[in-house]
Amino acid sequence: MLFFSFFKTLVDQEVTVELKNDIEIKGTLKSVDQFLNLKLDNISCANESKYPHLKSVKNLFIRGSTVRYVHMNANSVDCTLLQDASRREAMVQAQTSK
Amino acid sequence: MSLQTESQSQEPLDLIRFQLDETVLVKLRGAREMKGKLQGYDSHCNMVISEAEEYIYEVNGNSEPVVKKTEMVFVRGDSVILISPIN
Repeated sequence: MLFFSFFKTLVDQEVTVELKNDIEIKGTLKSVDQFLNLKLDNISCANESKYPHLKSVKNLFIRGSTVRYVHMNANSVDCTLLQDASRREAMVQAQTSK
Repeated sequence: MSLQTESQSQEPLDLIRFQLDETVLVKLRGAREMKGKLQGYDSHCNMVISEAEEYIYEVNGNSEPVVKKTEMVFVRGDSVILISPIN
């Protein structure tokens, strides 16, 4: 659930999603769900000459399982908050698995 | 359980917790590696890494890997093979 909340904080920000088939899609993150499926608006393809399929597409839904990376702006992430949230999530997981 | 020492009762993911805010090397599927500071992770090995350098190795040869730098990147856990601390 941690990264679901994390991506919710990135809504309306510009992100670049790299898929497992090497396509890189840049766009505004519009929504995210528990599977980390993403909806992007105003997209453009970083390597369009290699992958021209998405030239006319303006917004899309990405199935979470096809994502390799999501690149984002460093200043849109609160690092200490994310570290603390990770520790807290690890603690909760340890508690529930006992 | 009571016979186990403190260190034995720790789970593998606890080792990753100690690497938060430290530099790690993550080996990924597709002959890739990611080196950078670990900012967050969860039980699926989803991760956020800052000041990251991605190394993409040629599948066949011994040629130098392609290096890509990113300031902040989310790595989906299903591509992760291993996570190792580096100093």
